[in-house]
Amino acid sequence: MTAGAHPRGLPDFVARTESGPYRDLAPTTRLVLALSMALFAFVVRGWTGPLLVLALVVLLAWLARVRRGFVPYLLATLPFVISVLLINTFLYPDATDVMFTIGPVSATASGFTDAVQTALRVVAFALSVALFALTTPTNLLVADLERRGLGRRPAFVLGAAVGLVPRLLRQAREIAEAQRARGLDTESTIWRRARGVVPLAGPLVVGALSDVEDRSMALEARAFSAPGRRTVLRTQPEGAFQRAARWGLVVATAAVVVASVAGYLRWLP
Amino acid sequence: MTLHLDSVTYRYAGAVREALRDVSLEIGPGHAVGIAGASEAGKSTLCLVAAGLAPQTIGGRLEGRVTVDALDTSATPPHVLAQRCGILFQQPATQLSATASTVWEEVAIGPRNLGLALDEVIERTWAALAVLAIEHLADRDPDLLSGGQMQLVALAGVLAMRPAYLVLDEPTAQLDPAGTAMVGRAIEGLAENGASILIAEQKSDLLAALCQRIIVLDAGRVVGKGSPEEVLADERLEEWGVDAPAPVRLRRTLTAAGLPPELVL
Repeated sequence: MTAGAHPRGLPDFVARTESGPYRDLAPTTRLVLALSMALFAFVVRGWTGPLLVLALVVLLAWLARVRRGFVPYLLATLPFVISVLLINTFLYPDATDVMFTIGPVSATASGFTDAVQTALRVVAFALSVALFALTTPTNLLVADLERRGLGRRPAFVLGAAVGLVPRLLRQAREIAEAQRARGLDTESTIWRRARGVVPLAGPLVVGALSDVEDRSMALEARAFSAPGRRTVLRTQPEGAFQRAARWGLVVATAAVVVASVAGYLRWLP
Repeated sequence: MTLHLDSVTYRYAGAVREALRDVSLEIGPGHAVGIAGASEAGKSTLCLVAAGLAPQTIGGRLEGRVTVDALDTSATPPHVLAQRCGILFQQPATQLSATASTVWEEVAIGPRNLGLALDEVIERTWAALAVLAIEHLADRDPDLLSGGQMQLVALAGVLAMRPAYLVLDEPTAQLDPAGTAMVGRAIEGLAENGASILIAEQKSDLLAALCQRIIVLDAGRVVGKGSPEEVLADERLEEWGVDAPAPVRLRRTLTAAGLPPELVL
């Protein structure tokens, strides 16, 4: 049976396409860009890699109108950044250019320089990923990858995996509230809270496993194992230039990685 | 054209005892058949067997024959069966795919899995939402709905597959009274419009309102069958672990209080 077009058509909230110099890019292009920037920040040593990537992230974030969304990602890097700054500044091996001394340890200039470069690299990496995450909903990425031939199983795994964390957190909160209602202490000392993890983790794990069985049957009842390609709902237009640029970026990133590993980029500051 | 179970015995993989024993039933076009029974009586197993998920998807051993419009469920691929016989489970949340960001996309998953033309996916999705009168939920996040709304979305997802038969496994068991009423009304609407339904349910009032025929299971066997009036008024109902519907309980109470039976409706 073939149906005609429904008068209501594909809803706007499904068909939506974003606009703007960055948001016009296909999700796959954004993913390639994010991974390239993250790799570039790590493999190009010194100041060049992280500073170039940070400048690019700031520019793209401005184009994509992303503002405060970066804050949680920056906060997430904070423990690592602080530990890198402390350890490298005070315990840098073989460094003799002492800036100042506190008790038995001395801060060295070369250690501090390396620490700042490493910290910038971590921040650049985090913000590259954050830019992608903040601008590209998972369903858009999955739809774009499916349009390019990704199978239904990997597409489902990708989509479900991204949604798993918030779902488990929600379930954990519900279980914790239920356990608290039965008198479990989850808010006093660390030791007591640690003991409270066991009655929380048990139902969470068992529930998650049971959910998998139910969900797989429900999916099977909706033809998940049907042969052939799934219907794609969204088609985001993509010009030849973008396609070429994406492949160019992949090749350029691979070249930079090889050049860096081979030591051809040591001349960069 | 019928959904037909012929002397079906089924045992789960690794189980010692059969979960169903020598069960036969038939659902014709536009018929609604209810399955009553206590917990562990075999109601959910019967639903899985009727929908073809057991043994094809979950394993186990089936004796006898299950056919959906003459297709043997043991030899028909699940995606083909899914277009003939849809199944709705108890838990609303775990029936959702966890990958769709809106209700509309959730309901469209089945037709998309079939690889239908986009126009047909759109038509089926809107139609399924319209049948259950939940078009207003189309742009909502499925994970943030109430239990009753989630169950309706799951049902819409099944309806979008356009199955000839609906198997409903205690669709209101996990719902609060408001959700139960919401889903109950929707299922009654489907039955009034001629859907062929096999429904397992603890709530005998819903079975009485919905079904032309009821079978009662106990330890996997059919121990009672007939019209709702016959089965739900049977003196052995409580013995089988089934609560009598409210009118039957009222009638019994009045009779026990000494009211002459001819005066009790």
